[in-house]
Amino acid sequence: MNLTIFLLALFDGIAYAALVFSVAVGLTLIFGVMRILNVAHGSLYAVGAYLTVSLTGYILALGFAPVLAFPMMIVSAVLVGVLIGGPIEWLLLRRIYNKPEVLQLLVTFAVFMILEDVQRLVWGTQPYFQASALQAMGMIRVFGVNYTVYQLIILPLVALVLLVGLRFFLRHTILGKLILATTEDREAAQSIGIDADKVFLLTFIVGAALAGLGGALASPTTSILPGMGADMIVLSFAVVATAGLGQIEGAAFTALLIGLGRSFAVYVWPETAVLVPYLIMLIVLLVRPEGLFGSPTARKI
Amino acid sequence: MKKLLLTTAALIAAPLAALAADKPAELKVGVTTFLTGPASVFGVPARDAAEILVEKINADGGIAGVPLKLSFIDEGAGAEALTSEFRRQVESEGAHAMMGAISSGNCQTLAPLAEDLKVLNLMWDCGTQQIFEKNDYKYVFRTQANATPEMLATVLYLLKVKPDFKTIAVVNQDYAWGRDSWQIFSTALKALKPDAEVVGEFFPKFGAADFSTEISRLQAMQPDVILSTSWGGDLDTFIQQAAQRGLMNSSTFVIPLAESSLERLGSTLPAGHIVGARGDHYFLHPERRDDADFKEFMAAFEEKTGAHAIYPVFHMSQALAALEAAYDKAVAAKGGEWPSEDEVIAAFEGLTFQGLGREVTIREDNQGVEAQLLGTSVQTGDYPFATLENIMIFDGAALTTPVGQESVEWVSKLTPDYAASVKVDSYDR
Amino acid sequence: MTVRLAIPALILLAVAAIPFAAPSLQLLMNLALAKGIAVVGVTVLLRAGQVSFGHALFFAIAAYAAAFLSASMPGADLVLVLVVAVAGAAISGVLVGLFVVRYRGIFFGMLNLAFSMIFWSILEKFYHYTGGADGIRLPRPTVFGMALERGPFELIMFYLSLALVILLGWFTVRWFASPSGQLFQTIKTNETRLQYLGVSPQRALLTGYVLSAALCGVGGVIMGIVQGVVTPEFAWWIRSGEMVFIAVLGGAGSVAGAFVGAAIYEIVRTYASAFAGDIWQMLLGGFLLVIVIFAPKGVIGIYDATLARLTGTRANDGETRK
Repeated sequence: MNLTIFLLALFDGIAYAALVFSVAVGLTLIFGVMRILNVAHGSLYAVGAYLTVSLTGYILALGFAPVLAFPMMIVSAVLVGVLIGGPIEWLLLRRIYNKPEVLQLLVTFAVFMILEDVQRLVWGTQPYFQASALQAMGMIRVFGVNYTVYQLIILPLVALVLLVGLRFFLRHTILGKLILATTEDREAAQSIGIDADKVFLLTFIVGAALAGLGGALASPTTSILPGMGADMIVLSFAVVATAGLGQIEGAAFTALLIGLGRSFAVYVWPETAVLVPYLIMLIVLLVRPEGLFGSPTARKI
Repeated sequence: MKKLLLTTAALIAAPLAALAADKPAELKVGVTTFLTGPASVFGVPARDAAEILVEKINADGGIAGVPLKLSFIDEGAGAEALTSEFRRQVESEGAHAMMGAISSGNCQTLAPLAEDLKVLNLMWDCGTQQIFEKNDYKYVFRTQANATPEMLATVLYLLKVKPDFKTIAVVNQDYAWGRDSWQIFSTALKALKPDAEVVGEFFPKFGAADFSTEISRLQAMQPDVILSTSWGGDLDTFIQQAAQRGLMNSSTFVIPLAESSLERLGSTLPAGHIVGARGDHYFLHPERRDDADFKEFMAAFEEKTGAHAIYPVFHMSQALAALEAAYDKAVAAKGGEWPSEDEVIAAFEGLTFQGLGREVTIREDNQGVEAQLLGTSVQTGDYPFATLENIMIFDGAALTTPVGQESVEWVSKLTPDYAASVKVDSYDR
Repeated sequence: MTVRLAIPALILLAVAAIPFAAPSLQLLMNLALAKGIAVVGVTVLLRAGQVSFGHALFFAIAAYAAAFLSASMPGADLVLVLVVAVAGAAISGVLVGLFVVRYRGIFFGMLNLAFSMIFWSILEKFYHYTGGADGIRLPRPTVFGMALERGPFELIMFYLSLALVILLGWFTVRWFASPSGQLFQTIKTNETRLQYLGVSPQRALLTGYVLSAALCGVGGVIMGIVQGVVTPEFAWWIRSGEMVFIAVLGGAGSVAGAFVGAAIYEIVRTYASAFAGDIWQMLLGGFLLVIVIFAPKGVIGIYDATLARLTGTRANDGETRK
C-alpha cells in the first residue's frame, strides 16, 4: 500500500466516521442520561432523512437557492426531536422508568416497528434522492480522485462542532449541568429542586433531534428508502457499545476507528468490510466489557 | 399411523378432485410480490399493473368467461409468513393458480412447495437460472427469461458498442443475484472477449448506503467499463455518488437493471451509459409503442401511479397473459368445457403469449424464451430523465441456455463467433 | 388447582387436534411451536435476569448445521439431523458462553448481539459456502429410512414438535426446581450470595446459557426443516428482538408463556400481514406497547389474574411461574 492509497482510505474513513458519529452521539446521550437503549433511534434517523428530502424538495420547487437545503436539515432535525421524540418520552417512556430494562427496550422496539410502517405510509416505498446540498458545495480533487466538499470537509466539520458543542453544553451551561446532575443521582437531583421529568424530556428531545440530524446529514449522499433505519441502528449500537455507553468523546473515537477500519478493509480485502464494525466491537468488549472509555460500574448488591 | 397418513393424503387430494371439471365462479390467483422492504420498488408497481390488467381482463369477460380475482401476498414479511400464506391461499382459499415470486430465494422456496401442493405456479419475476437447471417441475413455469440471457445480451451489447475496452470492474450487491449475475457475465466475457481484464471486484453489502470508498478506489483504478447489476435504492445511491464525483465521465457504466431506475435518477444519469431492462421492457418499446393496447395500458398506468412503467410491470403483464393464453388454449382443446388442472398444465407446453413486450414462448423445460432489450442512455429533454438511444432487441432463442445444460458451463464454451448467431434488431431510439 | 391444570391440558389437546380440525393452521402452529421452543431458551436467561439480544445466533447455527449436513449427506435421517443440529447449537453455546457469562445486564445483551451479527455477516458474505442472502435449501430428511411426501412428513414434524414442546417444557420447569437451576436463578436475585456459598456464578450462568442455546437450536432446526430453507435472516438482530418480544408477550420467565406468546405472535403476524399488508408491523408494535404498559406480566399474568378472580384465590407469583 503506497502513501496515496493510504491517504485516500484515510479520507474515506473520516467522511464515513463523521456520519456515523452524528447518528451514534444521540443514542449515547440518551443512554448516558436515561439508561435507555433506544431502538427507535434508527427510525428517527430515517424520518430525519425523509423530512429533509421533502422539505428541500418543497423549497426548491418554490424557487429558492439550493444552499437553503442546509437550514432545512436543522429544521428537520428539530421537527423530529419535538414532534416525534417529545411524545415518545412523554407518552411512553415516562411510564416505564421503574420497570425492568428489558421492558424499556421492548417499548422502543415497538416504537421502531410502528415508525417503520409510518414512514412507508407517509413516503411510500420508492427511494428518494435529494443531493442539492451536496451539489451546491462542489468538488475538490485530491491525488487524481474527486471528492465532494460536502463529504470530505462539511461532514467532519459538523461532527466536530457536534462533539465540541455537546461537551460545552453539558459541562459549561446551567442546563447541561442539570442534565449531568440528574444522570449522576436522580433522587439527589430532585431533592435539590431539579425537575427530573423535564430533564429527561429535554434529553430525549435533543437525542432524537440528533438522530434526525444524522439522517438529514446522510440524505444528500444516499437513497432514502424503507429499512434504512434498521441497518443504521445496529451500527450505532456497535459504536456506542464499543465506546462505552454514555461516552460522547468515546463515540467520536470509536466512530473514527470503525470508519477507518471499514475503508482500509475496502482497499485491502473488500470482502471483510462489513465484518469490521462488529469485529471491533467484539474484540473491545471481550477485553474491556465496559467499552473503551466506559468506567466499570459497581455491581449492585 | 398408516391410517392417519392415508386420511391426510385423502384430505389433501379431495379438493383437487372436486375442482376438476366445475367451472368456478371466479378464478382465484394468489400473487406474491414485495409490498414492503427495498424490493417494493418492483413489487408495488407490479401490483398496480396487475390491478389495471385484471380490471381490463374482467371488463372483457374474464378468462374464458370466468372473472379473475387476485390476492396479493407480501414477500417482504419474511419467509415464514410467505410460505404460510401461500399455503393458506392454496389449501383454504382454493386458489386455482399462484404467481410467485420476485425474489430468487423465494422462488427456490416456493417452487418445490407448489409442486407438493400440486398447484400451478408462474414464476413471474425472479431471475435465478438454477431453478429448471437443477430440478424438473411439472407445476412450475417461468413466464420470462432468466439471468443467463439477461447477462449474455448485456455482454453482446457491450461488445457491439464498445468493442475495444481493455479493463472492467464490477460493483454488485452482495447476495445471490449480484454474485450469480457476475459469474455469468464474467464467464461470458472470458469466452467472447478473452483479452478483457477484470481489475476490481466489489460486493458491498445489500442495502449499503455509502459507496464512497469503492468510488475512490475505482477512480484510482480508472477501468474502461464498470458493471453493476444492482437495483433499487442501492443502484440509485451508487449512480448518484458516482455521478457526483465524476466517475461516470471517466468510465462507461454497464447497468443492466437501470431501466427501472431511469425516472428516479432524473437528470443525474449522464448520456452514454449502457442500460438494460431484464427483457424487452421499456415504456417506449420501439416495436410496441404505437400499438393500441400498449398505449392504452401506459396511459392507465401513468394515471394510476404517476410514474412510467418499469420492467416488473412488463413481467406481470406476461404472467397474466400466459395464464389467460393457457386457459384459452385448454378450453379450446376441450371444446369449450372448463379444463381440469392437469389440462391447464398441459396447455403450457409450447405456449406462446404476448404481454406488453414481444411474444414469449414456454420451452419444454418450462422456461420462458424472452427477447432482451438494451440501449444507451441519453438526455434528450423530452422527459425529465434519461431515455434510451441505439436500442437493440436480441432474440431470446439463441440467448437461452439449451434445455438440459447448465448455464455457466454452456456459457464458458461459447466462442467469439457466437455473437453473430444471435438475431438482433436495432433502433435509433 | 384442578382448573389450573385442566385448562393447559385442554389447550394441548386442542393443539394436537389441529391437523384434523383445522389443517390450514397446521403449518402456522408448527412454526409457532418451533419458535416457542426457541423462546423458552430466552426465557431461561430471563430467569437469571439476563436478556440476550443475540440468541438468534443459536437458532441459525442449528438450522445451518442441519442444512450443511443434509447437503453433504443426502437423505440423512431426521433424528440424525436433529441431534447434529442441536449439538452444534449447544457446542457453540459453550464456546460463546465462556466469554459472555462474565458480563451482566446491557453488556451481556450487547455482546450476544455482537456475536450474532458477526455470524450474520459471515452468512451473508461467504456466499459460496452459505448461499449468501438467499440461504440454502434444507431438503426433507428421511424418517427412519423412509422418504416421505410433504403431507405425512409435515404431520410427523407437527407431532414431533408438539412432543418436544411438552418434553422440553417439562424438562425446563424441572430444571428450574433442581439445585443447579436454583443456583442459576439466584444470579437474578442475589449473585453475591452465590459467591459466599462458594459457587461460581459464572459456572451457574454457563449451565443455563448452554441450555438456552440448545433450546434455541431445537427451535431453529425445526423451523429450518419445516420451511425447507435456511437464510441469514435466521440470525438477524430483529429475529433476536422478536424472541425477547414473544417471551415478554407470553409472560417473562414463564415457560408456558413462551408457547402461548409464540402462538399469539405467529397468528397476529400472519393474519395482520395477510389482511393489513401495509401496517402489520404497526399492529404488532401497538400490540407490544399495550402488553408492556398495561400487562407487563404478559398473557400468563392476565391468565393467572383472571383465574385467581374466578376461583377466589390470590395468584402467587412464585407459584404461577412454575
